[in-house]
Parts: sequence; C-alpha cells; structure tokens
Amino acid sequence: MTGEADHTMAAERPSGGLFKGRAVDCDVHVSVPSVKALLPYLDSYWRQQFLTRGIDRISWNMTSDPPNAPIMIRPDRRPAHGRPGSDFSILKDRHLDVFGPGAAIANCIYGGVALHSEDMAAVVCTAVNDWIAAEWLDRDPRLRASIVVPLNNPDLAAEEIERRAGDPRFVQVLMLAMGEQPLGKRAHWPIYAAANRHGLPIGVHAGSLYHHPALAGGYGSYFLEDYVAQAFGFENCVLSLVSEGVFAKFPELTFVFMESGVTWLPAALWRFDKTWRGVRAEIPWVKTPPSQIVRDHIRLTLQPFDAPDGAGRLERFCEQMKSDEMVLFSTDFPHWHFDGEEALPIGADTALARKILWDNPLATYPRLKALSPEVAA
Amino acid sequence: MSKSRFVVARTSDVAPGTSRRVSAGGRDIALFNVGGDFFALGDRCPHESGSLCAGKIVGFAEADEPGKYRIVRDGEFVRCPWHGWEFDIRTGKSWCDPEKSRVRAYQTGVASGSDLEEGPYVAETFKVSIEENYVVVEI
Ligand code: FES
Repeated sequence: MTGEADHTMAAERPSGGLFKGRAVDCDVHVSVPSVKALLPYLDSYWRQQFLTRGIDRISWNMTSDPPNAPIMIRPDRRPAHGRPGSDFSILKDRHLDVFGPGAAIANCIYGGVALHSEDMAAVVCTAVNDWIAAEWLDRDPRLRASIVVPLNNPDLAAEEIERRAGDPRFVQVLMLAMGEQPLGKRAHWPIYAAANRHGLPIGVHAGSLYHHPALAGGYGSYFLEDYVAQAFGFENCVLSLVSEGVFAKFPELTFVFMESGVTWLPAALWRFDKTWRGVRAEIPWVKTPPSQIVRDHIRLTLQPFDAPDGAGRLERFCEQMKSDEMVLFSTDFPHWHFDGEEALPIGADTALARKILWDNPLATYPRLKALSPEVAA
Repeated sequence: MSKSRFVVARTSDVAPGTSRRVSAGGRDIALFNVGGDFFALGDRCPHESGSLCAGKIVGFAEADEPGKYRIVRDGEFVRCPWHGWEFDIRTGKSWCDPEKSRVRAYQTGVASGSDLEEGPYVAETFKVSIEENYVVVEI
C-alpha cells in the first residue's frame, strides 16, 4: 500500500485555500506531455519498439480534447511550454493551493488507450499509470487518480486494474463515453467485475474512440458539434448501462459521468421511464423505473455546468432527480468553464454545496473515506 | 353504498385464457377467465383508456440476472393493447406503478341458474336459464 499514511491524512494537515480541505475536486486533468515522457516506464522491448518505429515522436491527442480550443485551457492555466495540464506547478500553485480541496482526482485523457494494437495499448496504459503515480501522486498528497485502461481489450484492462488496486491513491477506473460498443454490453463486464472486486467506481469521461461518429447520424464538421454531442453520448451510456443490466449484475457498482454537464439527464429519464413501462418484459432484470436505478448508481461531476440563467438552477436539477446526492464537485482544471474561483453555481455555505463538495464524493469513492476524520474515527 | 350483483355472462361464454367485454350498471367491464376463475376489471386502462379486454393475456417475465429469462404466473397478466402497460388480472394493479396506476377490480362469483332465480340479481342483457352457470359481478 504505497504511502497510505501520507495520503489519507490530507484533511488533517493545515490546509488553506477556498475550501480549507473540505472539498473533493472530482475532475482535474493531467496530461502526458509527449510519448517520450513515457519511455522510462516501458520495458526494454517496448522502449526499443517505440524508438525504432518513431512512435516516440507521435502525439496521441484525443480528437475530443484539442489542446488549443479555448474551452480546453483557461488562459491563466496555460503552461509556457507543452500541453495544458502537463505542468505540476501550475496545478499546485494556481489550482490546488487556491481552491484547497482535501483531495483532487486526476484524470488523464490519453489517445494511447484507443490504440488498435491491444498489447501496445495495454503497455501504454501501464506506463501512463506508473507515470501518474511517480510524476503527480508522489508530489502532492492531495492528488488521487483514475486508472487508465486499454479500452479495446477488457481482459487486459481488468489485469491493469488488478495491478493498480493495491495503491489506494487510485480511486476509480477511467473509461470513455463512446467506445467500440455501448458501455452496458457484456464485453465490458470483465472491467466492471474487477472494479467491483476492489470497490472502485467506473469514471466515464467525455471522449470517444471515434470508431463511431460522436453524432449518431454520422460525422459532423466542427468541434462545437463534437463537444456538445458528448452529452448525447452520455445519454446513450445511461440507456445501455441500465438496459443491459449492469446494475442488476453488479449492484454495488457506481458510475461517475465526467465533464458533460448534468441538466440533460432529467429529460432523458422521463422518456426512459415512460417507454420502459410498455416494454419492460424485454429487460426483466430491470425491476424499478430506470430513473430509480440511475439515482442509485450514477453520479455526475459538476463542471461544465449548464442551465438557463437565474437562481435555483442546481436546486431545480436535484428536485427533478429527486436526489441531492448525485452531483460531485469538480473544476475540470485546466479547462475554461468559469473564471476566478466561481466553480460553484451556489453559495459554498449552503447545505447543498456541502453535499456536493464533500458528502457526495466521500459516499461515492470508498477509497476517499479515510479523508474524513469522522469516518476514520 | 350497498352493492348490486349483476349477472354478466354464462360461464361458457368466456373460455379459460380469454376475456370478454361485458357491461353492468352502465360500466364497461373486462371479464377474464384464468384457469376457470373469473376476474372482472374496469375495461379502461388508467393510462389513456385503452380497452383491456382487447389486450394480450400473458405471463409475467422475470429475471434474477441479465440474460436469465423466465415466465411466471402465466396467463395472469393483461397487456394494454395501446402502450403495453401490464396489469395483474387478479388485482388490477399495474406492475410498474402499483400504487398510482391501477384499474378497478370487481368481486366476481359463479352462480347457477337456480341460485339466480332466488335473487336479488340484476340480469340486464339476457335471460337466465336454470340449466346453466353464470358469472356474477358485484358493483
Ligand atoms: S392506454 Fe393503456 S398503456 Fe396506454
């Protein structure tokens, strides 16, 4: 258990910043600056392959994450060199020290997970996780991370989860909203079984392997379409996870949807519940209205939060979902969704804010429970 | 309010596993024969008023886990012909929303023609003959 004592006590160390340790930032981004940075984490076979094949000169950017799109990098988070989210001191000085979360979960969105070579994808994921542990987690006790896994090979993904599960700083498994097959399909279940064994939620981040268009009818032309369509991709995830029976098979499993807003969900569920009543017998393992299953098993990170202007927007969402336990605080560092410290659309001293900032993340991530002095006692 | 008993059908009019629309006291009623037992529901789906006696009589599909399908209580549910909501023929309750969506279920009984002669029963639509058995609905 790497550095457990160090990393579970963050809430007790004197911590300043906006939230004084009583918050969990459930989505911050760290990015691999270049394939070269991974070479030290490869064995000699793969290092030679990368060098002889020139793979070290490739950039594995996700199409869904273009580094120069304004939304992807807030100007005051842009490093002098390299990719957004690749500079530790910017994350620490301009973000963690300013907001003062007790923990922040680092998600590395990396094209390497999408490689068609299953072995190479698996090796890259292992290297990325080692790199995250060494270059980020070891440098700040507030940091936690999601386990990056090769999405094209669920068995190898499950092996990577097993390899990483002993390090309590890895608190969830990272998948993308749009892969080769819808997320509920049984092909993915080895990943869910492994996550379930270790009490790890599945974090689903906006993003696609682009084996299929992000728009259901075909490829669009613009970044705008792609970015907005991520929310539709998440609607599909909800449909697939519930209908295929993932929560009937793994009743303890939680999914966290990251970086696509929250307000699209109630309308999708009204339609889902209503239609389910007429065709329920197709999926008899779904025994309660889908909205109830979603309320019990799916969580969403806050930023980017979109809703009509005016007060009461987040409250309205909770009312429509009949739950104040579904939203988890996130800043989506270094992306540009808000200025200054305006990460919360409600007052930080409200009861709802306390749930979003603290109670809900702790209830969602079993591995964060040790953060809370009350729970630990 | 005291209930009246209406003679609504000959038992031989509704074969096991089928239903038939009858009326009694000005109400439309869906009469079901489930393995020789008669059940009467209001013939109006609480969703948008589909006629339940036009619906398919089915069993209840169950599964303990994904992919493990089975039918239980075969013949004891009716699917509304319009949007497929399922109702328990024995209770009138909608399976998906038993508290809020249910159809009225009426008490039924079977009586012989000679019982009926002694009354008090209301036979609105046909003559009762001593030789036959009848379905009686309480409204
Ligand atoms: S009218 Fe019966 S299901 Fe809609």
